Amino acid sequence: MPYSAAVQEFVRVHGLWLIPFFPAMGALINCVFGALIQKKWGKRPVHIIAVGTMVLSSVTALYFFFGLLLPRDPAQRFLLEEVFPMIDIGAVRVMFAFAMDPLSGVMACMVTVVATAIHIYSMGYMADEESYWRYFGYLNLFCFSMLLLVLGDNFILMFFGWEGVGLCSYLLIGFWYKDTAKAKAGMKAFIVNRIGDFGFIVGMFTLFWGLLGMWDAVPGKMSKVDDGRCIPVMTKPMPVSKHAAPAGDKPGPAHHGGLPAPQAGPRARQGASPGVRAERARKTLMAAMADGIISTAHAAGPDQPHSPQRLGGIQLGRCGEKQEGLRFLAQPPVSVGQTQQVYVGPTVSFREIRDQLAIEDSSGKRVVADHLKNGTLWFGIPLLIFVTFGFFLGATGKSAQIPLYTWLPDAMAGPTPVSALIHAATMVTAGVYMVARLNFIFILSPEGMTLVALVGGLTALLAATIGLFQYDIKKVLAYSTVSQLGYMFVGVGVGAYWVGIYHLVAHAFFKACLFLGSGSVIHGMHDLVHHRHGHGPPPDLRLAPDPTDPQDMRNMGGLGKLMPHTARTYLIACFAISGIPLFSGFYSKDEILWKAFSMGNMSWPWAGKLIWALCALGAMCTAFYMFRSYFMTFRGRPATEEHVKHVHESPRSMTWVLWFLAIGAVLMSLVGSTVFVPAAITHKTPWIESFLAPATAALSDAFQKPSLTHNVVLEWALMGLSVVLAVIGIFGAWFWYKDLSRTEARMEWAKRNWRFVHVLVFNKYFVDEIYNATFVRGFHLLARALGWFDLRVVDGLVNASSWALRMLASFFGAVDYKLVDGAVNGVADTVIGAGRRVRRIQSGRINAYVMGVAFGVVVLLFVVWFSGPMGR
Amino acid sequence: MRLSALHYVVIALLLLVVVLAVGAGLSKDFIARINAATVVFYLLGGLATFCAITVAFSRNILHSAFALMGTLAGVAGLYFMLGADFVGVVQLLVYVGGIMVLILFAVLLTRDITDIKISNLSVSLIGGVPAGLLLLGIMVRVLVGAPFKTTAAIAAPTVGRIGDSLLREYLLPFEVASVILLMALVGGMVIARRAVKEEAGEGVPLPHPGAPHPGREDRHPSSEANT
Amino acid sequence: MTALVSVGLPHYLVVAALLFMAGLITVATRRNAVAILMGVELILNAASLNFVAFSRFVHGGVAGQVFSLFIILLAAAEACIALAIVLSIFRNFKSVDVFNTTTLRE
Repeated sequence: MPYSAAVQEFVRVHGLWLIPFFPAMGALINCVFGALIQKKWGKRPVHIIAVGTMVLSSVTALYFFFGLLLPRDPAQRFLLEEVFPMIDIGAVRVMFAFAMDPLSGVMACMVTVVATAIHIYSMGYMADEESYWRYFGYLNLFCFSMLLLVLGDNFILMFFGWEGVGLCSYLLIGFWYKDTAKAKAGMKAFIVNRIGDFGFIVGMFTLFWGLLGMWDAVPGKMSKVDDGRCIPVMTKPMPVSKHAAPAGDKPGPAHHGGLPAPQAGPRARQGASPGVRAERARKTLMAAMADGIISTAHAAGPDQPHSPQRLGGIQLGRCGEKQEGLRFLAQPPVSVGQTQQVYVGPTVSFREIRDQLAIEDSSGKRVVADHLKNGTLWFGIPLLIFVTFGFFLGATGKSAQIPLYTWLPDAMAGPTPVSALIHAATMVTAGVYMVARLNFIFILSPEGMTLVALVGGLTALLAATIGLFQYDIKKVLAYSTVSQLGYMFVGVGVGAYWVGIYHLVAHAFFKACLFLGSGSVIHGMHDLVHHRHGHGPPPDLRLAPDPTDPQDMRNMGGLGKLMPHTARTYLIACFAISGIPLFSGFYSKDEILWKAFSMGNMSWPWAGKLIWALCALGAMCTAFYMFRSYFMTFRGRPATEEHVKHVHESPRSMTWVLWFLAIGAVLMSLVGSTVFVPAAITHKTPWIESFLAPATAALSDAFQKPSLTHNVVLEWALMGLSVVLAVIGIFGAWFWYKDLSRTEARMEWAKRNWRFVHVLVFNKYFVDEIYNATFVRGFHLLARALGWFDLRVVDGLVNASSWALRMLASFFGAVDYKLVDGAVNGVADTVIGAGRRVRRIQSGRINAYVMGVAFGVVVLLFVVWFSGPMGR
Repeated sequence: MRLSALHYVVIALLLLVVVLAVGAGLSKDFIARINAATVVFYLLGGLATFCAITVAFSRNILHSAFALMGTLAGVAGLYFMLGADFVGVVQLLVYVGGIMVLILFAVLLTRDITDIKISNLSVSLIGGVPAGLLLLGIMVRVLVGAPFKTTAAIAAPTVGRIGDSLLREYLLPFEVASVILLMALVGGMVIARRAVKEEAGEGVPLPHPGAPHPGREDRHPSSEANT
Repeated sequence: MTALVSVGLPHYLVVAALLFMAGLITVATRRNAVAILMGVELILNAASLNFVAFSRFVHGGVAGQVFSLFIILLAAAEACIALAIVLSIFRNFKSVDVFNTTTLRE
């Protein structure tokens, strides 16, 4: 058998479609009937529908995740549901299909749970909002789109969701559209997003274009319907992630002959020869058989029709392979060495593309992957450059990286729960998810990965520095989000996909907590602002230029005593984001830094170190500005007396959510470590790493070996360094901001001596202004030029042609009038004239008539005389 | 009767003929040929021609009428010379005795009180005479030049033979001719009837000569139509 | 000379031609209707003379003479009618000038 591959085995289930369906229903009801419902029955039914559907959706997601995904064998953790074929034309077959594998399962659970929490929070926060129904309708719509994105089995569905979340982001940012500035912020978000979508589309198309013809390189039996082929492939075991074992480490349990637990991927598995792996896989099978579970062999089926039909209750795959729709029964995986039919042809499904890329022939060469790697486009630029750069452009648009991050700070114009949900936990993470999902593409291109990691690192540092001087609490958090997203991209960029996802999930919790905390603060400050209206500006110079701004931190202070829950949860989240041990941010961020430092997948050897440096510096800045915001808001003296009187804690619906998220932020560290002890110390693979391994380590032997052998000391040293940097940041913030009266003096000193730097950083490096001057103005000019062109040239042409036609028409009219009518009249006149003259022959005189006769006879005689034989 | 130029020409020719005859008569050869027939022929022919010219060119209608009578008589004489005795007699009886009388009656009945001398040769002289002369020339040339096969004459009374022919070969024309004569009789009466039965509503009255109608000049037709 | 003396067919034919010419001229140039009629008689006579001459000189029996009879007959009929018409014209136009009888012109 010439070909072998680690084919992703999947299980067909029913019901995955419910996860996005519930919020879709909620959105439909609320958007269409919401106004009516709210008018008749008030706001309660509205949020019951919205929150209820979200609860249902999260319950379903958790059920699938815990009930159907986790208990399975790691090689089988792929739940597929094909609902219906969206496009089925010739060779193109796009199914409306959902797939839950470890990656999308984690994302789906996180999205649904956090979204549910935020829905509940919104009940309290938006209680006074008049367009309550619209808010919840949009929120549900957003959740639907996000779930489509996350659970989609193919590029098309992911793109559906991709665009949908962009749309909902626009709708929600510009929720209070009557304020022009807010509406403009929404538009800015959408347009910048759109630029990213263009990149996504370019990447997608180029990928498919590059995959063209690949199946010609792979001989095999033709698939029934399209141009693809079904080739028999010998199954290889699913790769597990290679967390580098320390040199000289004691061998894993596998060598002892014991059966490995199905879920734990022992760290010693790496480096084993294929033979050992096959041996292990067989043992797994035998163990399964020993458990008494029926062994069903998925043999290559006979020639069957192509599309997944049901044949007597048994579903058939594309190549005719049988796929029993077993939902609850465990089934052993396809044993190593068995042959499966793998479809190699045009497809949009992630799973199928991954299978095709993983196919290798007997010499170990991956035929399809090499075909893709060797493809070039436009003067020999490798195809993968276009693909990865295109996808990453989409990711920068969606996840607010350089150069398309400018929309995120402006997006804070939307309601705070929206910021929490969309711009902290879910939408902005779509880019990271996408890169992680397409790991099998990015792995093939070191240049692409370098770009991702480098841009991530730069963004992390840039955004962190901007956040140092922001006064608006939400803007601080926005820049913090951009920065943390940079970290995630560093994680997935260097090849450690599980790290990026882990940071994503952790960040979702603590950033949502931070945002909701700030929302709580703003909510409280609103009462103060409302009260303050009507009074003159208080004399305290410490206050912001606009004392009525509830978001300006200079108007706050000492709120910790007034809003204890908010303050405490905020503090917990700040610890998490700063990377203090025991909080989830530490584990994920530390792992990112280590991976950046040690992984050798970049195009240049020193790139990893550079990225590490950027990230470390960014971490210090992160700690500094987060605690700056904490101190400015919650510590110190209250700004005015009125603060004490009017600012109060938020209602229970909000504080409970805050506590839930804060505790979740702490508990997330459990999945990434072994009971709060980092993996560097225990040398045990974190649960999340092994859990995500099958989804993210498809072609992992394409990785280069880490350039550094696992130097424990170095790792510990770097870990300690990151903690020290975080502590320095915290201490610096405390020192600078604990006593706000002296802060002003220090700020003035800083501004005087570091004026240039201050101006630059305070004005966000003038990025917005640069964009405005170049792109925006450029496009306006282009629009004007095109408008001029349309007005003068196009309209001119049209008018000229109409003028020409008029001239032609008048010419022809004249011709008709003069020539034709003239001819007709002329004929008539001629006839009349001739008749007049001829008429005179009839004189009425007989004499003349006789003379005529005589003349005629004379003529005749002459004729006869001259022509006849008598003549001459 | 004023003699026109042609009259004089004819007279001159005749005289010439006479002179020639007299002169030639003196020659022996010529005398032998001349006989009474020739002389009579020339006399009769001359008479007929002279009278025909008179009919054509006379200013006076009565002169024309009597000249016509002379022509007819001359022609009758020529018939006799040709041996067509019956035809000659019929000519004299019918033509001279009947038709000429009729014409004379017509002339007398239609005399315009105002003028007898109508300017006859007004416009058409220039057109008619040359045409006639031309025609004459052609005819003479043809007739004289044509080689007719002549045979000797048989002098015999022709009445019997004509009668025979009329009732044998020419029976149909004979009968038809009688019908024509009947028609002519009736027709003549009808046409010449006095139109005094206008009050009975018979026939459309002919336009009055004094009424505005296309008159003597050749006017433009279109202007006439508008009147 | 000889041709002039011995009278033969051409002589008669010439005489007939002369009569014909005279009749034609009469018809063409005269304004009096009766005069025109007289011209017509002349023409008829010329034709008749031709017939008789041919009958005498060319072998054919009495056909020419019969024809001549018919001509005379028809001339009579025609003269009758014609003179009736002339009388009608005279009655209506009060003159026999044919220049008055052009009413059918237009």
